[in-house]
Amino acid sequence: MKILEQIGKYFILMNRVFSKPEKNKIYYRQVLKEIESLGINSIGIVIIISIFMGAVITLQTRYNLENPLIPLYLIGLTARDSMLLEFSSTIVGLILAGKVGSSIASEIGHMRITEQIDALEIMGVNSASFLILPKIIAAVLFNPILTLISMFVGVFGGWAAAVVTGALTSTDYIYGIQYWFIPFYITYSLVKTVVFAIIITSVPAFFGYYVKGGALEVGRSSTKGVVTSSVLILLFNVILTQLLLA
Amino acid sequence: MIRVEHIYKKFNTETVLNDVSVTFEEGKTNLIIGKSGSGKTVLIKSIIGLHPIDSGSIFYHDRDFVSMTIKQKQELRREMGKLFQGSALFDSLTVDDNVRFPLDMFSKMTTKEKSKRVNFCLDRVNLHNVKSLYPAELSGGMKKRVAIARAIVQNPKYLFCDEPNSGLDPKTAIVIDNLISDITHEFNITTIVNTHDMNSVMEIGEKIMFIHQGIKCWEGTKDDILTSNDKYLNDFVFASNLAKKIKETL
Ligand SMILES: Nc1ncnc2c1ncn2[C@@H]1O[C@H](COP(=O)(O)OP(=O)(O)OP(=O)(O)O)[C@@H](O)[C@H]1O
Ligand SMILES: [Mg+2]
Repeated sequence: MKILEQIGKYFILMNRVFSKPEKNKIYYRQVLKEIESLGINSIGIVIIISIFMGAVITLQTRYNLENPLIPLYLIGLTARDSMLLEFSSTIVGLILAGKVGSSIASEIGHMRITEQIDALEIMGVNSASFLILPKIIAAVLFNPILTLISMFVGVFGGWAAAVVTGALTSTDYIYGIQYWFIPFYITYSLVKTVVFAIIITSVPAFFGYYVKGGALEVGRSSTKGVVTSSVLILLFNVILTQLLLA
Repeated sequence: MIRVEHIYKKFNTETVLNDVSVTFEEGKTNLIIGKSGSGKTVLIKSIIGLHPIDSGSIFYHDRDFVSMTIKQKQELRREMGKLFQGSALFDSLTVDDNVRFPLDMFSKMTTKEKSKRVNFCLDRVNLHNVKSLYPAELSGGMKKRVAIARAIVQNPKYLFCDEPNSGLDPKTAIVIDNLISDITHEFNITTIVNTHDMNSVMEIGEKIMFIHQGIKCWEGTKDDILTSNDKYLNDFVFASNLAKKIKETL
C-alpha cells in the first residue's frame, strides 16, 4: 500500500516538474549548470571505471579460454560486446546513480529542510520544475555522451591490457573488435542510457523533495534515493532488453 | 489588507488553529504574538498557502485565496514577500544573486535596471560591500537583512516575517524591527510579523493579535496590551520578574 502511495506521489510530482517553465532563459542557464555538475564532473570516474572494466573483461576472457580451437580474436569481440551491451549503459548507470543520485537527493533535501523550497514557492516559482527539470534534461542530454565515452575507453582499456600483459596480440584484438559488429547494440545502449538518466535524476529528487525533519533524514533520503534508483535501473534493464533485443 | 475568517488547521488529531478570524491592515505592522508552539508559524504558513487549511476563508484585498487554482496562487504570490524564521537564503547563490533572483525570474527589467534595484534594496537594509559573499559567510543579522532585501525587491503588497529578530542581540533586533516597520509605512505594505519578543511588540506593534493554543484570545494595540485583563495574555506579557514589577507600579 505504502509503495502504491509513493508511486502516486512520484507521478504527481513529475506532473508539476514537466509543466511550462516561468522563464526559459533561466531554465536554460540552470540546464548548463547541471550539465557541468552532473555530467562533465562525472567524466573522470566514467573513464577510470571503463578502462579497468575493459581490461578485466579482456584478461578474464583470456584466462578462461583454454580451448586452443577458439580463435583469440574472439576475446576482442567479447570485450567490445560486453561494453556495448551491458557495461557502458547499465554499470555506468549504477555508478552514476550512486554519485549523482546522492548529491541530488541531499541538495534538494537540504533545500527542503532549510525552507529554501518554501521560499521559492512563496516567490511564485514552481519549485519542483525549477529544481528538478534542469537536472533531468541535463542528464538526458549528457549521459549518452558519457556512455559513448565509456564504450570507447573500455574497448581501449581491453586493448591496453592485452598488449601490456601479452594476453593476445594487438592485431588479434583489433580484428576482434571489428568482427561481426552490430551497430544496433549502440542504439540499444543509448536508449537504455536515456531511460536510466531519467531514473537517476528524478527518483533521488523525489526523495529529497519530500524530506521531513533534519540533517539525519536528508542523509536517509539520499540513501533511499540511491537504492531505489539502482533497483529501478536493474528492473528497467530487463524490461528494455526484452523489448529491444528479443 | 488581508482578512482571515474562521480558519481551522489540524495536524493528525492535534488542532493547531481553532476558529481564527482576524483582519490585517494595510500600511501597518500587524503582529501575531504568542508562546512558543502556540501556532504563529502555522498561522502565517496557512495564510500564504504553504499549509492547506481544513476550513475557513482567506481574502487578499477581497481576492478569495482558498478557491484559487495553483496558477492563480502563483500569480498572487509574486505580490508577497516572506522572511522565514531561518532566513532561507539560497546558499548556492551570492548575496547579490539572492536579491536579484526574483527579478530574474519575473521582471522584464534590463540587467542594468535590475542591478540598480538590487543596490537600492541592499542600501535600504544598510548592507554594503557584501554583494559577492555567500550566505554561509554572513552573520545572523546580516542574513536577516539580505532576506529582507530579497523580500522587498519586487515591491510586495504583502510582507510576512516569521520571528525576524530571533537569535539576534537586543540592539540588532531593534534595528531589524524598525527596518521592517519603516519599510511598511514607506511602501504602504500589509505587513504581518510573528514574534514572542515583548520588545518588538512595544517597539513596532500597531495592530496586535494574541494567540494561545491555536485560539485568538485577544486583539488590540500596544497601548491596550498592558491594561488588558485576559489571563493568558497577562501571563505572556508579564512573564518575567522585571515585567511583573513594572506591572505592580502601573
Ligand atoms: N508540519 C507540521 N506537522 C505537524 N505538526 C506541526 C507542524 N508544524 C507545526 N506543528 C505543530 O503545531 C503547533 C504550533 O507550531 P508553530 O510552529 O506554529 O509554533 P510557533 O508559535 O511558531 O512557535 P515558535 O515561537 O517556537 O516558532 C506545534 O504544536 C507543532 O508541533
Ligand atoms: Mg514559529
